[in-house]
Amino acid sequence: MSSGLLRYLVGRLARALLTVIGLVTIVFLLVRLIPGDPVEAILGDQAGPEEKAELRRALDLDRPVGDQYLSFLGSMADGTMGTSFRQPDRSVWSLMRDVLPYTIVLALAALLVAWLVAVPLGTIAAAHAGRGWDKLASATAVLGLAIPNIWLGPLLILAFGVKLRWLPLPGDDLAGPEALILPAITIGTALAAVLTRQTRAAMIEVLSQQYISAARARGVPSIPLLLRHALRNALLPVMTIGAAQLGALLSGTVVTEKIFERPGLGTLFLDAFFARDIPVVQGCVLVIAVIYVGVNLVVDLAYGVVDPRVRLS
Amino acid sequence: MLAFFTLGVIGPWIAPYDPLAIDLLNEYQSPSMAHWLGTGDNGIDILSALLHGARLAAIVGIVVVGVSVTFGTAVGTWAGYYGKLPDHVVTGVADLVQAFPAIVLNIAVLALVAKPGLLHLIVALAVNGWVLYARLARAETLSLREREFVEAARALGVPAHQVMRRHVVPNLLGPLVIQATTGLGVVILAESTLSFLGLGPGKAVSWGALLDQGTSVLLRFPHVALFSGGAIAVTVLGFNLMGDWLRDRLDPRLR
Repeated sequence: MSSGLLRYLVGRLARALLTVIGLVTIVFLLVRLIPGDPVEAILGDQAGPEEKAELRRALDLDRPVGDQYLSFLGSMADGTMGTSFRQPDRSVWSLMRDVLPYTIVLALAALLVAWLVAVPLGTIAAAHAGRGWDKLASATAVLGLAIPNIWLGPLLILAFGVKLRWLPLPGDDLAGPEALILPAITIGTALAAVLTRQTRAAMIEVLSQQYISAARARGVPSIPLLLRHALRNALLPVMTIGAAQLGALLSGTVVTEKIFERPGLGTLFLDAFFARDIPVVQGCVLVIAVIYVGVNLVVDLAYGVVDPRVRLS
Repeated sequence: MLAFFTLGVIGPWIAPYDPLAIDLLNEYQSPSMAHWLGTGDNGIDILSALLHGARLAAIVGIVVVGVSVTFGTAVGTWAGYYGKLPDHVVTGVADLVQAFPAIVLNIAVLALVAKPGLLHLIVALAVNGWVLYARLARAETLSLREREFVEAARALGVPAHQVMRRHVVPNLLGPLVIQATTGLGVVILAESTLSFLGLGPGKAVSWGALLDQGTSVLLRFPHVALFSGGAIAVTVLGFNLMGDWLRDRLDPRLR
């Protein structure tokens, strides 16, 4: 491994670690920055004194700020992430661990939908740039971006669950993979729209390069030319954009889990919100943010290994 | 978009019914002459509710984007103009805010008040709204700082705050206006999404809350979800298209 690559990897890791420490600190400060008594603000004036005392204890608010911060850091470091306010016998992490697989499977399914749509559509659009197919693909992308997922979900349920009866309705048995299809499309549509645009732009750029003309002159047929020579090089920048869309993907799971009544991190997060279970809210926010930072880190690292130019910046 | 804001202003006056009027005999009626878009939960008139919802969307959109643009431009220009420590602080905070998916951060902020109201909603949306404008202002200021007319002003001894106000900020307005147009659509969608999740401002009539009601009765009365979601989609699409159009018109680099 060259020293340049090593320096890049270490530097990038250090930055990610700093970001995570910053995230933990922000989440810690959120509660402490409320003007007045945070417990009063969170629970409202109808809460009894016992309930308030309990939340104060769950949040460690009865001790000096320095101690609070240290024990907060400690609970993050030991992996429990504190104790649930509603279920004092459960650690925040154990609650999340139970539902995390549902969210991860849903997110991966949404990504799969997005890539399966975007790569062919973007490639076709680039190959026919400026002509009918291209315009159709671009219009589809604009529409896909504009449809809010909170509307798309109910529309899909109406069309495929109620009218056509092809796919299960929300609340039906979740066992089969067919219960994943509509939720995945609900999240994946906007992602697919963004990725289609990116694939198209990257493909057009690659197709204008000399090695493509050279391959074409050598008589490489157009389909292998597109797939083997052009697409491979075009996908690298698209992957980075794909990672940047992760925030939308995670927000999408929160909304979609509610529409389709699925268990998951988003449902846990919303339930904790309505119950004012602040430790669980904090844990969910943090885990979602850390996933976000982590995936960006992995993509950056992979990119740095593959493409030497990245290490310089 | 003019139509959207017009409806936001006069909507509540031209609404045929009070959107909170309870009419239990006419709950969940399909569209008819009396109720053009049908009725919903408790027999409220959907058209009237959508017209009132347009006002909430317009208020939230304008206030949040206004606050975000003002604050973002101020700190972004400051960071870009001075560089060094101010720049590190602003970029660092912006990076941190963007490490949270927007809606997750909004919900986290709203979780800190017992009964979130309109003001809390606006604060929650502005918490991450400013970042985009700060980045834009910073990037543009970085290049403007090196331009001759800014250097000339500095050489003449014009104080820094005046250089920024008179020479830098006016040149930022074009890109900021383009960004703010698309940003309005983003904020309106975020407001709808939060209301849909049940986090909207209490009693106010919101498109998102209406869509939430519509989704819960989707199987029997689909018209509620169809119309309220349609209003959100058309508005967001409108702001997106207008942002694209402004970009094509105002940004000479694209011609």
